[in-house]
Amino acid sequence: MTKYVGKSAPRKEGRDKVTGRAKYVDDLTFPGMVHGTTVRSNIARGRIAGIHYEPLIPWNEFTIVTAKDIPGRNSIALILEDQPCLCDSQINHPEEPILLLAHSDRYLLEEARRAVRVEFEPLPPVFTIDDSLARKQVIWGEDNIFKSFLVKRGDMDAAWKAADLVVEGEYLTGAQEQLYIEPNGMIAVANPVDGVTVWGSMQCPFYIHKALAALFNLPNERVRVVQTETGGGFGGKEEYPSMIAAHAALLAWKSGKPVKMIYDRAEDMAATTKRHPSRTRHRTAVTRDGKLLAMEIDFALDGGAYETLSPVVLSRGTIHAAGPYFCPNVRISGRAVATNAPPHGAFRGFGAPQSIFALERHIDRVAKAVGLSPAEFRRRNFIQQDQTSAVGQVIHEQVDMIHLLNRALQLSDYEAKTRRFAVENPGNQLKRGMGLAAFMHGAGFTGSGEEYLASVAGVEATSDGAIRVLSASTEIGQGTNTIFAQIAADALGIDYESIEVAQPDTSIVPNSGPTVASRTCMVVGKLVESAALGLKETLLRSGFLTDPYSADQFTVACKHYVSRHGSLKSVVQYQPPPGIHWNDQTYQGDAYGTYGWAVYVAEVTVDTRTFETRVDDFVAVQEVGKVVNPVLATGQIEGGIAQGIGYALYENVFWREGRMVNSQMTNYIMPTAADLPRIRVFFEEHPYPYGPMGAKGIGELPMDGPAPAIVNAIEQATGVSIAKIPVTPEVLMEALEAVHA
Amino acid sequence: MPEAGEKVTVACSINEKRVTLRAFPMERLLDVLRRDLQLTGTKEGCGEGECGACSILMNGELVNSCLVPALHAEGAEIVTIEGIARGEELHAVQQAFLECGGAQCGICTPGMVLAAVNLLDRTPSPTDAQIRDGLSGNLCRCTGYMRIFEAVLHACRATGIHK
Amino acid sequence: MRSNVARFRLETLPDLFSTLELMAREPCVWRPFAGGTDLMVLFEAGKLEHRNYLNIWHLPELRRIEETQEFIRIGALTTYSKILAQSTLQREFPLLCRAAAETGSVATQNRGTLGGNIANASPAADSPPALLVYDAELELVSAAGARWIPYHRFHSGYKVMDLLPTELIHSIRLPRDKSSWRQHYRKVGTRKAQAISKVCFAGAVDVSGHQVREIRIALGSVAPVVLRCTKTEDLLRGQTVSPDLVQTARNTLAREIAPIDDIRSTARYRTRVAQNLLEEFLMGLGESA
Repeated sequence: MTKYVGKSAPRKEGRDKVTGRAKYVDDLTFPGMVHGTTVRSNIARGRIAGIHYEPLIPWNEFTIVTAKDIPGRNSIALILEDQPCLCDSQINHPEEPILLLAHSDRYLLEEARRAVRVEFEPLPPVFTIDDSLARKQVIWGEDNIFKSFLVKRGDMDAAWKAADLVVEGEYLTGAQEQLYIEPNGMIAVANPVDGVTVWGSMQCPFYIHKALAALFNLPNERVRVVQTETGGGFGGKEEYPSMIAAHAALLAWKSGKPVKMIYDRAEDMAATTKRHPSRTRHRTAVTRDGKLLAMEIDFALDGGAYETLSPVVLSRGTIHAAGPYFCPNVRISGRAVATNAPPHGAFRGFGAPQSIFALERHIDRVAKAVGLSPAEFRRRNFIQQDQTSAVGQVIHEQVDMIHLLNRALQLSDYEAKTRRFAVENPGNQLKRGMGLAAFMHGAGFTGSGEEYLASVAGVEATSDGAIRVLSASTEIGQGTNTIFAQIAADALGIDYESIEVAQPDTSIVPNSGPTVASRTCMVVGKLVESAALGLKETLLRSGFLTDPYSADQFTVACKHYVSRHGSLKSVVQYQPPPGIHWNDQTYQGDAYGTYGWAVYVAEVTVDTRTFETRVDDFVAVQEVGKVVNPVLATGQIEGGIAQGIGYALYENVFWREGRMVNSQMTNYIMPTAADLPRIRVFFEEHPYPYGPMGAKGIGELPMDGPAPAIVNAIEQATGVSIAKIPVTPEVLMEALEAVHA
Repeated sequence: MPEAGEKVTVACSINEKRVTLRAFPMERLLDVLRRDLQLTGTKEGCGEGECGACSILMNGELVNSCLVPALHAEGAEIVTIEGIARGEELHAVQQAFLECGGAQCGICTPGMVLAAVNLLDRTPSPTDAQIRDGLSGNLCRCTGYMRIFEAVLHACRATGIHK
Repeated sequence: MRSNVARFRLETLPDLFSTLELMAREPCVWRPFAGGTDLMVLFEAGKLEHRNYLNIWHLPELRRIEETQEFIRIGALTTYSKILAQSTLQREFPLLCRAAAETGSVATQNRGTLGGNIANASPAADSPPALLVYDAELELVSAAGARWIPYHRFHSGYKVMDLLPTELIHSIRLPRDKSSWRQHYRKVGTRKAQAISKVCFAGAVDVSGHQVREIRIALGSVAPVVLRCTKTEDLLRGQTVSPDLVQTARNTLAREIAPIDDIRSTARYRTRVAQNLLEEFLMGLGESA
């Protein structure tokens, strides 16, 4: 039995957060520190023809960095190294960094930024998936394609012949801004003697570490990355912080002073990553009695100007594209293409919200075509335990989607309300509807990803007998500190309060991998548990501790051990669970060790005078293994659903020539406290044997379901089938008028 | 008339302490608090009065300190997040945020706590709609607000004024 | 922060008289600075071109709310929060209170002023439609004296208004003659709170049975200025509300407004919703008039 896991331990750093004492990067000041800023391109594609410094600025007071000042490779190391740190000739999107400035007076710095005039020779750009695929211009590689995947299962030709009905559809999703409330920022200290150190807001310290080592051509031990308290990430602080750290470090290297670079909201929104826009085409064969025979899915992502993480986002989106259904014949083609927009990147869900939106809208369309209710059609096609998924994964874990569906229908009063709204809606200006979405989300890195990462985490005893968790997994609001302390406390049989969690600092903590992919609790948490058990084992074997023991006895034993041996540290490296196999060539196998499973129901009202959609109620039922901390887990689900509601109805990036033009919080519309319904969260728990105390990943799951559930509800309310998000009132008006015309 | 570029002296009370500041008159109160007084609990989220992360109380009213010029602090009574707890004893709202999961990443939390404190000062027993309205100027991207609403209700119960 | 604060001046003079005197002595040099909810946003975005401001936030003369039998007179520096707390305004001018409640958030309502909302001259401002419906008049003061003008004549084009560089808006006067009229306000914004309007409708009508004796209709965000829709009013005045009349009024309104496409909405949407809100207002009269 666990004392802490399964209970809502208070947030470790909560007291610092509610009192305002928690230190975020912009709260730190170093002696002699100066401020840095970035001069960017202002065309989507072209070449730099010249750089001019306008008069009236005391340029001699400024540190000016260009690509020539880079000691190592001019790229931001990630998967490929195609994205330059500073452009020196070719411009591929309108927010490319070209030149860096530093000065102690941040007001004068801003004047100087505006006084650098870059001349360009423009080249024709590409802005859409279709134009990129058609190679209107070749802007990347030989064919504009960053990556493509092909998933094949069964015999498609035979399935089309056997089909009673074939249903087609095309679905579009827009870009989405992560909109963490703390903008990106870094502070760097860098010189040839001490190497490079950065402090900042981030999800992945070792990504930055890798990028800086390559940029400065330094050995790993001379680069140090420290995470400061981080005000939200949602994927938006996965890869771009490497760019900001690189820029701050280059300015620090050249100026010899600590350099702080904090993006303002407009720069953060326009220049850093957003969720990939997508276009998905479905062609589905079904039998008359509503059984899926074949699914042909063409999934395309707009990756922006550089490859960055697009192949991995595409991979997850492709694997999730067939959803939690059993279908004997499947063909999924996934492609990520280049456009002249800033690179799109990681955002909670990582490709899955896009492909699941398309699928779950399409499933409603297919159900309607065969004359079944959305619930009944899904019921007949859900994947069951021991069945095989689209990528050939036999689902060994306990899964009961029908139960989740039934529970969600019951909790939302789906059937009765559906009947009631059908009676009330005609003649009423307010039209109400119910919509559902069923989905799963793979936890941890895809395929062999975790094996390649080979993450390491540890637990150590300090000289005063306290226990400290060592990992590079960052606390970004989701609760890393708290759940790691809960897991370690239970593994060691000591108090939660006596566990510390080390600040992620690459000079101190092992590389437990990036804080992404719903892997922190399940994968790294398991390493923490194993490391804690190892430490306990060491103590028991050493004779300083005997079972059973009290917390005090444990502390004394730690002290004795440390004073005798100098240190007490237990470090564990990831081992894949037995029986997991993935083939990167055929894209077949066990895509994920386990999945979170869910059914969400949205209830909406559409006002046909203003075409506004309001979500009145939201029921979220999910199975996520053991729930480690109910308050934190509920908060994760609620927050993800809120972002999903924004994705469905409000959040619209307006593009002009590859640039986001509504880069202000006033004009990029995220939900306020007045816009959200009551969000009701319910958990089912099937413990996962390879997660800590049975936990699975949870963070991304809630992003996948809200958009299709809401748009399905809009269709029930209005009779209009919308295939594109966000469903702004303007979009809904056009759709309603097209139907009534 | 002083020329552009001259700082002015501003006298005010901050967290019950008399303070005299030197600042450019148009400088954002937000920057003065953070830079000159090291009161970094007041955060900048948008710089356009939209997110509420920079909320402070000025003469008992909730304001966005990014939209207040330093000159307007003259003679004002200002309370920032650092002035909400009594020493180590948390305010009921802070305690409730801690217990109910009202804070996740924590960047909106200082402003949100001040908005909630101000709401309960004006409306000791708020309805659901009043809570939503009172907090609608403070954007939170982590929580979906549900735990925050619960924290506000919890704080009402804790102070014994909620019916 | 995209402006250099050192290049901006914000001066305070002791009283209204000395403030107006300086504005007269150095015309076009100084502009007034009240609660800052609009100017500070432009300032931070690096889009505030004018550099010299006169602080008026401290002037008590501009904060008073006075009532007579015929009028209520609201000082230009009255904040939205003060409007919301004022009992006569709550009772007799619900459209203005609704507008105040829907402007920004609590923090904005504590700093934003009615006079500032007028002088900022945004066509998307929330309170001007209500002021137009209430036949507001503005008192403009300068060192040379004061003058009154009807508010519906104040804005003549996008950000163009009948206000001399030497003048301040002193107060807004509303006749207390419409409290028995049927009144309707609806702001359609980008979200429920903290929103800029995409269409904002204010209407008041004096009805007898189903017959329109007198009517005021004003809309925000559908033209370069907040618009009093006099052609639609003329069409409706003296008529009995019927589905045919509503349809004609919809058509007239569509010709009277001139909305645009921008990052918040589309011209088509604004037209359709303006028509629908007009219909909602007129059909509502039939329900319990």
